[in-house]
This record gives sequence, structure tokens and C-alpha cells, in this order.
Amino acid sequence: VTSNMKVLKAIEMNRCIGCLSCMITCAAVNQQDHSILKSAIRIKTSGGLSGKFMAVVCQACKGDVPCAEACPSGALIKREAGGVLLDKEKCVGCQRCVTACTVSAISFDRVALLPIVCKHCGVCARFCPHRCLHLTEGVD
Amino acid sequence: MLYENAIKVLYIDLATSKIEIKRRTDLVGYLGGVGVASKLLEETMLPELSPLASEQPMILAIGAVSGIYPLITKTVAMFISPLTGELGESYAGGRLALSLSMAGYDAIVIQGKAPRPSYIAIDGPNVEIKDARAIWGMDSDVVGQFLREQEKGSGKRSILRIGPAGEKLVKFASVCVDTYRHFGRLGLGAVMGSKHLKAMIVTGDKSTKVSNFKDYFRVYQSIFKSVTETDMMAKYHDLGTSINVETINALGALPTKNLMSNRFESADQIGGEAFAKNNLVRKMACTGCPVGCIHIGQFRREFDDGYEYDTLSVGYDYELIYSLGSLLGIGTTDEILHLIEATEKTGMDAISAGVALAWATESLMKGVVTEADTLLPLAFGDSETYYQALMYLGRRENDFYQVLGEGTRFAGATYGGKEFALQVAGNEIPGYHTGQGNLVGLTVGARHSHLCNAGYAVDQSIKTFDENKAVDTLFDEELERCLLNSLVICLFARKVYNRETVGKALNAAGYALTDIDLTTIAKRIYTTKLRIKEKLGFDPRQVKLPKRFFETPSIHGPLDPAVTERMIDRYVEKCSVLLAEKN
Repeated sequence: VTSNMKVLKAIEMNRCIGCLSCMITCAAVNQQDHSILKSAIRIKTSGGLSGKFMAVVCQACKGDVPCAEACPSGALIKREAGGVLLDKEKCVGCQRCVTACTVSAISFDRVALLPIVCKHCGVCARFCPHRCLHLTEGVD
Repeated sequence: MLYENAIKVLYIDLATSKIEIKRRTDLVGYLGGVGVASKLLEETMLPELSPLASEQPMILAIGAVSGIYPLITKTVAMFISPLTGELGESYAGGRLALSLSMAGYDAIVIQGKAPRPSYIAIDGPNVEIKDARAIWGMDSDVVGQFLREQEKGSGKRSILRIGPAGEKLVKFASVCVDTYRHFGRLGLGAVMGSKHLKAMIVTGDKSTKVSNFKDYFRVYQSIFKSVTETDMMAKYHDLGTSINVETINALGALPTKNLMSNRFESADQIGGEAFAKNNLVRKMACTGCPVGCIHIGQFRREFDDGYEYDTLSVGYDYELIYSLGSLLGIGTTDEILHLIEATEKTGMDAISAGVALAWATESLMKGVVTEADTLLPLAFGDSETYYQALMYLGRRENDFYQVLGEGTRFAGATYGGKEFALQVAGNEIPGYHTGQGNLVGLTVGARHSHLCNAGYAVDQSIKTFDENKAVDTLFDEELERCLLNSLVICLFARKVYNRETVGKALNAAGYALTDIDLTTIAKRIYTTKLRIKEKLGFDPRQVKLPKRFFETPSIHGPLDPAVTERMIDRYVEKCSVLLAEKN
């Protein structure tokens, strides 16, 4: 159940073991797909596996929201707690949101012709075995 | 592939650069993994040629549901082992299984020898054979660094590579997968070296819609829960496999100083607690595994005067602590990590390399070889000397290291000292001198590994030894593991993936297989493996076991070779019965 009042935060990435359970689960639950490329959260390594893991995911911008601003068709609706929700019906597939996001958290599904946008449902956090990811109250 | 009634096989001929993709509907009855790989090996191998002849195949395969359930994370490699001369089978984790499924292949068959050092870059349907002359000769870790820069696919790719030992055809050379995992055993690294194949990089962007989300996710969640919320996997995550050091030592089953002893006086200094306290800096996981058993140990090394230090991070596990620790009389965690690092750089199987050096040390002590051969005053407990010896072994420095690089069995046969060459059928032994279950298990096991049938567990679970029951248990376990390895699960999760769970996982992914079907598949696979071994001239009754196994007491006391022989005979009979069945 998605609460509009909560946002996902990757707060303990130092503890990440790189299992990608978050990606596998997000893709399955939110896109009904087995491919990690469909996940709205991406775990990356820097400097190979001996480097640190980082989570590339929506930072739940509030107020001025770059992706929503860039959207020409009003398909990205601001969430109260931060971030956006995608209205698939309105999306024209222009990919401006993809380039607008400073942390590159939005990828583009070339089959569905839709952006893959985190909706802060927190399913990734539920399947994170090291509690790196948290669904928290969106307080400033 | 998932939801398709066909096995997709990529064929690469390095000699002619010919690439071919075949959809093999006829292989579906082998499910995947070791089943498909065995069948492909049987089809393509040339028993009359040597294991490193360029025509010989190397095969990689993933399973029917790879990557979509927790801990179904491994890839199997099959080949003719240059170390034993017969069935070669090895498993690696890392990201390879997921990358192969995203590239869209169930299996890859590589044949031929490239005209010059090469690497293979697979990006979905695009397969390229590229020039590796500039990276030939590089240490395994450095090759990884270069390829990460050179190639795309960060975050979803997998990189396999060999070190100098593979190039020099050391018969137990390994293949490093994604920095911390390996196809370690039985010499796949030499097979790649013989093909002029320095590395492979696998990536792709195939996506697959979940067919029946409700069923699939229910099973996914229940497996996820049992691996993260019960204590079934805790041992592997917490201290890791190194927790076994003290347990096995207390039982009197820890091979020490070339198995002259079954207990190591410094075992508590090199156990799981000691590593955790001294060196453990992080844990990591294979892609799709929420357990994360990969334990990374770090240590600081002073390389020069003037406060010059560098820091090394290497993965450690029980088997490595045994082979490069107790077996060589090394009693500190730092020194063991240092030796592991040497096997990483050169690209050698840590078990085989440790056993080879243990044999060399005892041979030097007994005058079987001289320091003119070893170039070093090898002595139990002297890790600096062993580090250098590993470097010599990796590049086959002189005639002696040339011979030692052929394997411990060959070295014993060449110089003498066969009776304390710790190998079974040519494969250097793992670290469990537990009893007949282990010894017979290694002899009859398809790849002479403790992972074939877990003979060490048989020895530990029985109070009063019943040789017939032990043989039956070994056989049943080997058979069941044919099924688990066709899915290519991580065997640490073997208790999670019982028949019920395997059935549910396959059914939810659209495989309408019954329990009886699964048994038939297991038998079909084991039969294929036994046939391959027969074609390669293997007979377990002909295996000559070194005397040392019968001299140093196991946890069941000294072992009687007559019992070993009877057990092997009984096992062979059981195999004959299986081979006569129609599966």
C-alpha cells in the first residue's frame, strides 16, 4: 500500500551487499518484469566490486521538482511528501524528465515508451536484507 | 529461456570467429544448468584428444529460473578437466547468471583456439571476438580494471578473466568472475588459456514480463522469507564458512601440515571469530542473493621502509583457510589473506595450489626433492616463502614448478612421494579428513569434490558407521544435486530448495513438472555425467588413493582401505543399475 506521506531514502549504502534484491523486487512488483532494467531503483558500483555501492533512485524533491517542471504534458504529478507519480495516460514519451533529473534516477522503458519513475511504495526497502533502504515520513 | 520451450545456445568458434545461435527444443528435458551443460559436453567433446586440444569445448550454462528467485545465482562450467583428464565441472556466482539471462542465453559453447590472444564481448545478440594482446600476461585483478574501463554495461555486466597461470596452462588455473567469485576447481583457467581466451564480458538488456505474477511473487516472497528470517542461512552470513575451522579442528578432521596431522595447534587463531575480529571489513552478495556470504578481509602490508604501506582486500572462506592455512602450518589471518591474494593475482585454484605446496614442503623435508628444485627453503609456517612459491608456480618458473603446475598427482608420480600427494583421482583434496564418507565421496563423486555428495556431512551425521547406508546416502545426495545444479542454485541454500520448494518455484514460472518428473530429470542428468566419465576412461575402482589418508586418523579413527574398496564397489554397482534404467 502506497502512502502519499512517505518517501524512500537510501540512507545506509555503506552496508549494501550488492544483492540487487531491491531491483529484482521493484521490477517484478511495479513493472511485472523479471529484468532489473525495469527497476526504478538502481544499485551501481563505482570502481568495480571493490568500490562502494550507490543507490540511484528518486531523491523525493519537494517544491521545485525538476522532472515535473520539464514535463510538457502534466504527466508527472507532485506527491505531497516529495517526488512524483506518473500518469501514464498523459505521458507522451518525450523523455524530458529523464534528462531533467540531476541524479539520473529516471530511466526510459523503450518497449513501453514510458519513463520508469519511483513511486515511493517502499517494496524495495521491505526486501533489503541489510536495511540500507528506508521508507520514511517525508519531513523536511 | 524462461517461458519458452527451448534452450538457447550460443556457439562461438574462436578459430574461425563463427558465431551461431541455436534454439534447442530437444534439450528441454535436461532442464538447464548442469543438465544442459552435460549434454552439450557429451555432444561436443573429443575423448580421443587431450583435454587442452583446441577443438575441446568449454560450456557455460544457467538454469530454468536463474535470477528470478533468491539464491539461484550460479553458473556452471563444464569441460574436460586438464587436471584429472576427465569430467570437469565448476560453479561460480557473482553476476554471471543474471548477465547471461539478460544477454538472452541459457548456455554458451566455446570451441577452437583464437589465432591471437582474444577476449569475447557479449552484449545480447552482439557477440564480438576482440584483440587481447595488450592484456595478455596481466594479473587477474588488473585485467578486470582495464575491461571495466574499456567495455560498457556497468551495473549489469559480468566479467570473467584468467591470470598468468591460465595462460601458462597451470592445470588447476582458475577463472575469476566479478572480482570475488571463481570457477576455481579443475582447471577451467587452463582451458581458457589453451584457447587464447583471456577474458569474457557478458551483458544485455533482455527483459521478460512476469507471466503469472500472483503465483510467482507468492513463491518468491516465501523463499525470501525463509532465507532472511529463519536461521537456515545465518551461518553463511554471520561468520561465514570460516566458522568451520574450529569445528572441523575439534573433530580432528582439519588437514594440517600436509595431513601429517588432523589438528592444527593455531586453529583458534585462524577461525571465523579471528578473521572477523582482525580483518573483516564488509560482506557482499552474488546478484539475487539476500544472504551475502562473501566475506572480505583486509590487511595492511608494509612494502618498504619509510612507513610505506598498501592495503589489500580479499575474500576468504573455509576451504582457503584450510589449504593456505592449516595445511601449510600458517597460523595468522594476515598471512593467510596474503597467500589468498597471490592465488587471486596469478589465477590459481586456492585449494589445489595449497595442496601442491604442502606436498612440495614435505617432499623437501624428506629429500624427495631438493632446494635446487624448489628454489626456496619451503617450510611449514613460513608464509613469505610460500608467497614467492605461489608466484613461481603461477609462472612455472623452472622445471620443478613446471611439473608441480601439472598437479599434485603428476608431481608425486614424477618425483616420488605419491603416498603423501593429497589428491583423489587427480583433484587436490578439500579440507575434511572426516572418514570413509568423505574419502569414498571424493572418489566416486562426478568431479571429485566435497560438493558432489557431501561425504564429510555423512561422516559427521552418523554415530555408528554403516558402510552400506553411507554409500546409499552418497548416491542419493549426488543424484539430488544433479537436480539442484540443473537449476544452478547456490548449494548453501540446499535446505531451502527442498523438493517442495523446487516444485513450487518451477510451477510458478510456468514449468508444469511433477515430483516424479524432477526425479527423472535428475537421473537423466546423472546418467549423462556417468556416460561422459566412462567415455573419458574413468573407473572409480582404478583410483589409487595415497597412503596418507589411511595413516592419519579421521574422526572415525584410522580408515581401513578394505572398507573403502568395498564401498567404492557398492557405489559402482548402484551406478550400473542407474545406467541400465531408461531415463
